[in-house]
Amino acid sequence: MVAVRSERVGAGEPKIGAADAILVVEDIVKRFETPDGVLTAIDHVSLSVAPGEFVGLIGPSGCGKSTLFNVIGGLLDGYEGTVTVAGERVRGPHPAIGMIFQEESTFPWRNVVDNVAFPLEIAGLPRAERYERARQFVKLVGLDGFERRYPAELSGGMRQRVSMARTLVAQPKILLMDEPFAALDEQTRLLLGDKVLQIQQQLKQTTLLITHNITEAVQLSDRIVVMTYRPGQVKRMVDIALPRPRSSEIVSSEAFGRYVAQIWSDLREEASRGLDDEEMRKLREGEAE
Amino acid sequence: MTAALAKNRFFPAALGIGSVVAFVATVELLIRVGIINRFIVPMPSDIIAAFPRVIVEEHVLQRFLLTAGEAFSASILVTIAGVAGGVVLHRYHLLRLATETWVAAVAAAPLVLMYPLYLVIFGRSALTIVMMGFTAGLAPVILKTLEGLLATRRVLINVGKSFNLTPSQQFWKILFPAALPTIFVGLRLGLIFALINIVGVEFLINFGGLGQLINELAERYDLPGTYAAICFVILVSICVFILTERLERWLRPVD
Repeated sequence: MVAVRSERVGAGEPKIGAADAILVVEDIVKRFETPDGVLTAIDHVSLSVAPGEFVGLIGPSGCGKSTLFNVIGGLLDGYEGTVTVAGERVRGPHPAIGMIFQEESTFPWRNVVDNVAFPLEIAGLPRAERYERARQFVKLVGLDGFERRYPAELSGGMRQRVSMARTLVAQPKILLMDEPFAALDEQTRLLLGDKVLQIQQQLKQTTLLITHNITEAVQLSDRIVVMTYRPGQVKRMVDIALPRPRSSEIVSSEAFGRYVAQIWSDLREEASRGLDDEEMRKLREGEAE
Repeated sequence: MTAALAKNRFFPAALGIGSVVAFVATVELLIRVGIINRFIVPMPSDIIAAFPRVIVEEHVLQRFLLTAGEAFSASILVTIAGVAGGVVLHRYHLLRLATETWVAAVAAAPLVLMYPLYLVIFGRSALTIVMMGFTAGLAPVILKTLEGLLATRRVLINVGKSFNLTPSQQFWKILFPAALPTIFVGLRLGLIFALINIVGVEFLINFGGLGQLINELAERYDLPGTYAAICFVILVSICVFILTERLERWLRPVD
């Protein structure tokens, strides 16, 4: 039997020592100007990820998960705090960070192998070499035989695997994923989870997965960071002591269920706050009309 | 059933040609039974019979090549300047805010009425006709290029940023291919406007090309010949469209 172990984490308190971590997020605060005033999306969020670790970051809608994704990925500036990768401060998109986006992000005008070879083309690799490497990663995500197909000819899950291969082919030190399976059905999501586990196992890829799906987070992660509703803060960190290698079969285990129940008990309060907030906003909009 | 026929390689083209033949036969029949006045619309059989005469006596091939050449020159100018204009408006937000409405207004204006001004500037020459075509076709290409660039999905731009693309790479590798289908819509619109104006100005200033031929034949009240000449204008349009379609398929094989 696997024991559920978790700990409360105060704001601004990384779990792993910065010296051990490859990714350190320290005291991030991001505010947005809105018509209703200043909105604090994330408030003194700190976390760190060790090499080869798979960390899941979970929170209710509106907790600033995607904002944090954009901050870490260097797509958003104007925030307080620091993000460092292997000791180097991130001041924009960093070559050590590979990003997989929530929305469908393949290039419709490129076939599978050309999509995957894209970062190698940008890096200036000779044609033969980049196609050889691209084909290896197409195979890694299980799309061999589909190299010449265009995204319009593929399913949603296959397109997301193309995006994954395109990011992985650049061999990033850290893989950053923002709800990559959000648009997919549950079965495809579980099977793609298997694929991610398999790839992570094979490449020892350091990964930070941002999600609102508890089962997905528990299935994939070594550690889960639970966030509060707006302003997003770190509420708790939960170590997932499920054995590896894992597969989607683990979702039927007793320990898995306990982790899901525990994380849901942490999230329920936050999700309720989010829901109340949303209902109040709709009421106010209704009154204003 | 229709899905299976649509997949057949030859059926759609055969259906298209068959529809035209059926339409022509119906017009012929309506004229012969007196429902359509034959002094207003000539019989299609007379138009077909007029083709050899128009080709041999009116030097239609030379005129066709002149109009096609003018249309091709205007197309090149429209493409280069229109796409560049759209890119500049996309790049400079203030310039876009200041001029977009004006460009849209120009697209809707009857620019053919400016031909006396162009005659003064460029003289009674093919250059006037090309420049009239260019002016008429420019605005839709600018607007559609701008629309295509603005409609590029945010996530694709973010993918480019995440791979540290330079601004030039971001444009050529992501923005431009993403905008291509909309740019080609603009090009087709622009080329229609250009061709209408080219033939219209040839007609108005009675200078070279198929427009002048249509003018001459109409003044002679040679209706079958006039319609035969109009068929050659349609042929120019078909050639331009086939060229743009091939170019689009080459630049962007699949959507």
